[in-house]
Amino acid sequence: MDATTHHEEHHGPTVKMYFAIFAALSVLTVATVLAAKFDFAPMLGVGLGAFVNNAVALGIACTKASLVILFFMHVKYESKLVGLAVVASVIWLAFLVLITMTDYLTRTSDWHLFVR
Amino acid sequence: MSSLASSLQHHFTDFKQQKESVVLGMWSFLIQEVMFFGGLFATYTVFRSQYSHAFAEASGLLNVNLGGVNTIVLICSSLTMAMAVHAASKGKNGGIAFWLVLTILFGSIFLGVKVVEYKEKWDHGLIPGIHDEGLRFDHETHQPRPTGFWLYFALYFAMTGLHAIHMIIGIPILATLAINGLRGKYGPEYYTPVEMTGLYWHFVDIVWIFLFPLLYLIGAHGAH
Repeated sequence: MDATTHHEEHHGPTVKMYFAIFAALSVLTVATVLAAKFDFAPMLGVGLGAFVNNAVALGIACTKASLVILFFMHVKYESKLVGLAVVASVIWLAFLVLITMTDYLTRTSDWHLFVR
Repeated sequence: MSSLASSLQHHFTDFKQQKESVVLGMWSFLIQEVMFFGGLFATYTVFRSQYSHAFAEASGLLNVNLGGVNTIVLICSSLTMAMAVHAASKGKNGGIAFWLVLTILFGSIFLGVKVVEYKEKWDHGLIPGIHDEGLRFDHETHQPRPTGFWLYFALYFAMTGLHAIHMIIGIPILATLAINGLRGKYGPEYYTPVEMTGLYWHFVDIVWIFLFPLLYLIGAHGAH
């Protein structure tokens, strides 16, 4: 850890910043509810509309998670090694979901009939 | 000062090295938790991609207001947790206890609302493994539920249940920290247990940040 990160670590987020993050998280929570109630399908068509609804919901959730990780969990003020660990977890999770979906989304058999 | 000296484990050179090791160790645990919950999120993605209409219809039966209020309650508990860590870093032992008690309070409100919601689902006959009829047929219209409908509720209870278990484990840990704070066990040089428990609590908050839109909001614009 170099001198500048150590310097920052000593300061950390201020109380004012914690409350500002809290306010941002609350506003984003209201925003995600309003966005979910808004149907993009009439404007963009069923497929694209659903995609936009999902993208907005996940985009807001990722923004909220990033705020919590960077400020409440102090990752912004930790060593780069901790930041790397956090990024690694996101990449692993992306592998898990994306590689699984390359299988299920390309199946042509009626595997879903096993579900009642 | 003697209690501070005893909190430095003999295999570390100094507090800085101990702290860095502990932080990385805690994050390794949290990454394991990401994979733990990740399996459920991947399962959710697979089944929602196949039964999107059943998932939207089932999601429409959740109480968005209760879920939204609970989201705010959990964000409040994350703020108070961050404030507890902040108080600890300034050596304010009374402050640690004060903010942790608030965190426990918000955590308990969250779990209380969850009980109300689970009770609602029980009353509506939507518990997989118990209410097979309710998950196959709509009580009022007697119309059959769409294929995959019950899978949504199986995932709803598995995901929110696992999340709730994490909170139930967290609350006694917070209580222990509050008591230790009042006993003066932490100081501005050493408050690692408060900080690490904070990481755990914030992680649980992040899981909910994703659960809320994925479980409660996918039927909100009435896609039927």
